[in-house]
Amino acid sequence: MTDVKPRIKVPKTAKKGEIVEIKTLVSHVMESGQRKDAQGNPIPRKIINRFTCEYNGKPVCEMVLHPAISANPYISFFLKVEESGTLAMAWHDDDGSVYKAESKIDVTA
Amino acid sequence: MIRSSAASRRTVIKAMGAGALAMGGVGLAAAPARADLAKAQKLLKELIGDKAPQEGKVRLEMPQIAENGQTVPLTAAVDSPMTADNYCKVIHILADGNPEAGVCSFKFTPSSGRAEFSTRMRLAQTQNVWAVAEMSDGSVWMTKTEVKVTIGGCGG
Amino acid sequence: MVSRRDFLTLTAAAAAILGPGRAGRLAAQDRLTETELLAFKPVGNVTILHLTDLHAQLVPIWFREPSTNIGVGEVRGLPPHLTGKDFLAHFGIAPGTAQAHAFTDQDFVELARRYGKVGGIDRIATLVKAIRAERDGRTLLLDGGDAMQGSWVTLQRKGADMVAVLRALGVEAMTAHWEFTYGAERVKEIVEELGFPFLGGNVLDTEWEEPVFESTAFFERGGVKIAVIGQAFPYTPVSNPRWMIPQWSFGIREERVAQHVENARAEGAELVVLLSHNGFDVDRKLVSRVPGIDVVLTGHTHDALPQALLVGKTLVVGSGSNGKFLARLDLDVRDGEVKDYAFKLIPVFADAIRPDRETAKLIDELRAPFRAELDRVLGHTNSLLYRRGNFQGSWDDLICEALLEQRDAEIALSPGFRWGPTLLPDQPIRMEDVWAQTAMTYPQVYRIEMTGAQLKEVLEDVADNIFNTDPYYQGGGDMVRVGGMGFTIDVDQPIGRRISEMTFLKTGQPIDPARRYVVAGWASVNEGVEGPPVWELVARHIEARKVIDLPKAGRVVVKGG
Repeated sequence: MTDVKPRIKVPKTAKKGEIVEIKTLVSHVMESGQRKDAQGNPIPRKIINRFTCEYNGKPVCEMVLHPAISANPYISFFLKVEESGTLAMAWHDDDGSVYKAESKIDVTA
Repeated sequence: MIRSSAASRRTVIKAMGAGALAMGGVGLAAAPARADLAKAQKLLKELIGDKAPQEGKVRLEMPQIAENGQTVPLTAAVDSPMTADNYCKVIHILADGNPEAGVCSFKFTPSSGRAEFSTRMRLAQTQNVWAVAEMSDGSVWMTKTEVKVTIGGCGG
Repeated sequence: MVSRRDFLTLTAAAAAILGPGRAGRLAAQDRLTETELLAFKPVGNVTILHLTDLHAQLVPIWFREPSTNIGVGEVRGLPPHLTGKDFLAHFGIAPGTAQAHAFTDQDFVELARRYGKVGGIDRIATLVKAIRAERDGRTLLLDGGDAMQGSWVTLQRKGADMVAVLRALGVEAMTAHWEFTYGAERVKEIVEELGFPFLGGNVLDTEWEEPVFESTAFFERGGVKIAVIGQAFPYTPVSNPRWMIPQWSFGIREERVAQHVENARAEGAELVVLLSHNGFDVDRKLVSRVPGIDVVLTGHTHDALPQALLVGKTLVVGSGSNGKFLARLDLDVRDGEVKDYAFKLIPVFADAIRPDRETAKLIDELRAPFRAELDRVLGHTNSLLYRRGNFQGSWDDLICEALLEQRDAEIALSPGFRWGPTLLPDQPIRMEDVWAQTAMTYPQVYRIEMTGAQLKEVLEDVADNIFNTDPYYQGGGDMVRVGGMGFTIDVDQPIGRRISEMTFLKTGQPIDPARRYVVAGWASVNEGVEGPPVWELVARHIEARKVIDLPKAGRVVVKGG
């Protein structure tokens, strides 16, 4: 799938020790595996099954997703910023694809 | 944000599309089938073992009545200091009226700063959604909230 | 439902008590004056005026309060779930008085003829101006939403008439519900045109879950910093077409309300007012769980209460609907606390109040282009035509009859709306009267087949929206009206068990769960529904019938409550 483009909302700056909110959206059908096509054949499952987030290479959080998560998954969470760095996020597809997004946060005085 | 002064007006981006519930109420049910409830209980045991979850501590915010069963917003949170020796490790979300009981599991670390996340989920029918939190001290906390999936259209 | 026989008995009894020609003399003795209606011993430094659920009624109307308004669970028998004699006894109002007429359905026709019509924005303007003059610099006028739906004029102007009227009245903030049925683009225009805050702190966009509207507006009155937090109708996308506002998500969002209150206090608010379209029971529950709200001005459920209800430390105000009442709440706010208050729900008796000349002129201008259509006489009614009440209502019986006959259906469904004024017996029925029951942006009459089982599911689902014991699961409104079918409802049962004895009236046989019935109905929330607008069918039906006597439509037996 080439059209899967994550979109993220990450603050560009934060104060040291500030807890900031991160919002993410990724366009994906999240095919549950429970539906049938017009011919009555089951449509195979194809979902994003895992989401990971690291800051400066250190794990922040991780989410395991099941087919009950809506199409175009929306995930928001928090991060405590102690230093400037790079937030790296990855969405893992059932088909092995990994969709990635990154953003820098600068710590201000 | 839409305000009466043009300067501060925010353009709302187009939504990603939504299906409509048919009048006639296909697939509506008052309470989840027993099979679904058993599935949720079985999954809970797989996730937390024999531990008995306590009521409280974990908060689950969902609408009481779903606007669209395809995409129901949820926020789960635990009041925790999120320090290296006292933090919420994971919040599991289960649903006891869906084809599969599992919804998601969100794992935190102390660098999360706050044990809270939001997402959007599918609800096949009126049912209870469960939030189960595992803490770093081994304690397990749980809450349930009922979300109604309704025909609507007759109020006002 | 009042049968024709009951109705005749009632009017005959009233006539017997009063005697012929006494009504006029009584009216003279009990004459209402503007001064009396405005009489109020002022208290404190702030006066809040509240209008809600105007439903675009620009000119005076009749409006019969419900005879049935059942409360379930913890609110059983509590206001506003009192009607008729119980209501009068609870509030100590003498029967036959103007107050009794304003707040209940008792002797409605007789008293309506004695006291005349109610409402009219030009009358409200007179009251507002008088109170503002008396309480200069202390008065705040707020509108609780549902101002912009309920008339042909407002439908044609997409709410612009009401924007002009609310501006002319000097409304200072509003929240909304039916306003959203003009669609998102029009709502954005309305927000621009209002020139005062359109508040809805519980509306988030469906993409990033971020606020769509302002939640809070601040005012300073009588030296008091006031925060007004707006709460739009939480179930707008459930009760009304979601496809018209696909990017907006609503809900009660208790935690957000609590956050708005905290923020308002942090910004120095000494008085926190929740301007809400939640409905009475939802607001009563909300303020029992969210601390720090001094006043909730509730709306949506159209309840008119002569007193402000104290829930914990919060005053709950229910100000009626259709321009029939103006609420005045005086508050003595000192040290960030309400020390004292006085309240009056002023009935807007149109014959007693001088129309404000400027506002009357504006209303005339707004209505002028539609005058001929509005005044078209369709027929004559021998019956009292009203809508309000938990079950049926003669206007809805008439609509259901029109649906059955004009669409050749076996069963008719008509939504349990709470808007729509009343027509007295022995009156012409004008097109404006029909539009006052039907004017909306999704009026198409559908004709579909439904099984008996599906019909039961619909009734159960709607009943749970009204009689769920947890107010947070209630959508407001009244029970769906039915034609061609009778049923029994036990309001105290859970969903799935309330409805029984569904009867197909044509044959007198029980509704067969497996059989398919031809069903006509209107106001479907689905996109792309095809069919003629309901007012066309109703107008055609009245023209064909010429004279309306209470139609025999649905038969509903109510248990419990």
